[in-house]
Amino acid sequence: MSLTAFLIVGAILFGLGMAGIVINRKNIIALLMSIELILLAVNTNFIAFSYYLNDIAGQIFVFFILAIAAAEAAIGLAILMVLFRKHGSINAAAMNALKG
Amino acid sequence: MLNQLTLMIILAPLIAGLIAGIYGKKIGRRGAHCITTLGVAISFVLSLIILRQIFWENNTGSNTNIYTWGISGNFHFYIGFLIDRLSAVMMSIVTFISLAVHIYSIGYMKDDPGYQRFFSYISLFTFAMLMLVTANNFLQLYFGWEGVGLVSYLLIGFWFKRETANFGSLKAFLVNRVGDFGFILGIAGILDYAGTLDLSQIFMIAPHLPPAVLTTVCLLLFIGAMGKSAQMPLHIWLPESMEGPTPISALIHAATMVTAGIYLVSRLSPLYEYSVTALSVILIIGATGALFTGILALVQTDIKRVIAYSTLSQLGYMVAALGVSAYSVGIFHLVTHAFFKALLFLAAGSVIVALHHEQDMRRMGGLKKYMPITYMTFLIGALALSAVPPFAGFFSKDLIIDAVHESHILGSGYAYFCVVLGAFITPLYIFRALFMTFHGEEKFNEETRQHLHESSWVILIPLIILAVPSVFAGYYLIKPLIFDHGFGHSIFVLPQHNVLSKLDFSSAAEMMPDAIKHSYALYISLLGIIAAWLFYRVFPKWPSKMRQNFALIYTVLINKYGFDLFNEKIIMPATRYLSTIFYTVGDLKIVDDTFVDGTGRMVSRISELTRRLQSGHLYHYALMMIVGLLVLLCWMVIG
Repeated sequence: MSLTAFLIVGAILFGLGMAGIVINRKNIIALLMSIELILLAVNTNFIAFSYYLNDIAGQIFVFFILAIAAAEAAIGLAILMVLFRKHGSINAAAMNALKG
Repeated sequence: MLNQLTLMIILAPLIAGLIAGIYGKKIGRRGAHCITTLGVAISFVLSLIILRQIFWENNTGSNTNIYTWGISGNFHFYIGFLIDRLSAVMMSIVTFISLAVHIYSIGYMKDDPGYQRFFSYISLFTFAMLMLVTANNFLQLYFGWEGVGLVSYLLIGFWFKRETANFGSLKAFLVNRVGDFGFILGIAGILDYAGTLDLSQIFMIAPHLPPAVLTTVCLLLFIGAMGKSAQMPLHIWLPESMEGPTPISALIHAATMVTAGIYLVSRLSPLYEYSVTALSVILIIGATGALFTGILALVQTDIKRVIAYSTLSQLGYMVAALGVSAYSVGIFHLVTHAFFKALLFLAAGSVIVALHHEQDMRRMGGLKKYMPITYMTFLIGALALSAVPPFAGFFSKDLIIDAVHESHILGSGYAYFCVVLGAFITPLYIFRALFMTFHGEEKFNEETRQHLHESSWVILIPLIILAVPSVFAGYYLIKPLIFDHGFGHSIFVLPQHNVLSKLDFSSAAEMMPDAIKHSYALYISLLGIIAAWLFYRVFPKWPSKMRQNFALIYTVLINKYGFDLFNEKIIMPATRYLSTIFYTVGDLKIVDDTFVDGTGRMVSRISELTRRLQSGHLYHYALMMIVGLLVLLCWMVIG
């Protein structure tokens, strides 16, 4: 399998995540999931290059990123809980307190 | 040596004036008049020392800068003194008259609540005038010039509770602004073309300047002189200045303020000599003033106003002398005029005080036997003013008439007609005032008569001090001021303009028989006195008959040729109209609305547009980031 194929998978994953963020206007959980997808796209790229360059460091890095992504997801969900308690909804479209 | 003396001369009245003004309450009335009189006395004595050194001990004078006041780009502004024959004479005359006025004011202002303020002002007035006459550059000259204008405003409006006094002081100030505007434009022109404000350097450059520039600058500077020296049509403030206390009138009319314009043109003679056009304008304006303002004095009933119009007329004579390049004669008349005009004013003031501030001559009459010394001094002043030999005015005025006669520049024929006819008008109005005030039946009431007595010595002494030079100054000063070396290097006359060299006498003793043989002016003056005697003593019904028969002329005269009317009906509404336009369009619309408020409005309008970008939605920002990133990538890949 060529490197390009892996990179195309990564790019598709990134595009899906991005589209998820932009198109999804309601559910914040879906937003968090989209961010995880983008992170996975990056990881795929890491692994592909690691294999291609014969450098194991890239794969080790992926473990770290996955671990941190798990922590980040936990924190994100915790924030979400607090947000829900405060506003009573997790509708992303309604969250525009910074509107000019 | 000369510089230190000059500095003391200038600073003495300033310091005295400031002390009297700031610590007036502490030092009291006596302290105020002592310190200011002392200050001016110091100046006077030191001025005499300088005068003596320069005129009789062959000191050539000095021209030095003593202090750098400021540097702006290539221009250096200095404080410096130019001491020569001209400024020495001016300093002496200013301080002498000022000293007499100080002494006189002690008596005249005795009961005034603003006593200290008054003395402070007149000292500052002297200071400003001294600053003006000693300046060696235009900037310092302008400082003195404006200082004189300011203090005259304060003094004319001294009795600020009177509405007419406020009106008069404002009028003086505003009319002077018009003149000063011309003056500062002239200075700007000089600075632009000559590149310096130093007088001696300007005089060296003057012959090389283009004639058009020189004429423009000369005329602009003369507008300034017209304002201060009250030449037509900027003369309207001078009669209003009678609202001030009488000593002020004497000071303004004799030594300070109105002489500034005459001094200025004489000082700038190296400029004016190269512009025949400017000289012609000066001659015509001066001669017109000499005749027509003199006629106005004939219909005035206020004693001070008669003398005020006489000042206008005499200033016209001085300006006419300047116009025919007889600068030294102009200054000579300024000197003799200062003596007898101050004398006339102070004598009139003495009458006014005796009659409890009555100024209307129709309610005077027969004061001769009550106030003999005042009468005698007034008579001397009147004779000097009427140019009767051997009184002071004769020499200076006759020289002016001769000089105008000898001149051949444009307008000299008209000017000669004016000054000769003026010589008839002058004695007519001043002896009219004399007869109405001191002779004839007593027209004041019984109560006034009982309190009527000669004024106190503090008033009479200045009168006597001034009466002496009013008699002798002409005879004795004509030699040093005109015939010996004249004003030497301080006045420059081109050979073809030198009218004085054509005179066929060269001393006072020769001048009198010459005048008796050749001069019309002398006989015309005597005729004027006789006419006044006929009208107001022998046939007292004639004036009222004349008034009826020449009602039109009388109306024109009593309305002062309609200058005031013209100003009120045309100039004032026009100015107001223009001001309204400038206010509504220029200020309110352009400056306020477009620039000041417009900037604010513009910012808020642009913000109104840009705030739409700030939606607050996360996905909008994310999209923007991606788009931005893509654009950056594309740019990097392609570029």
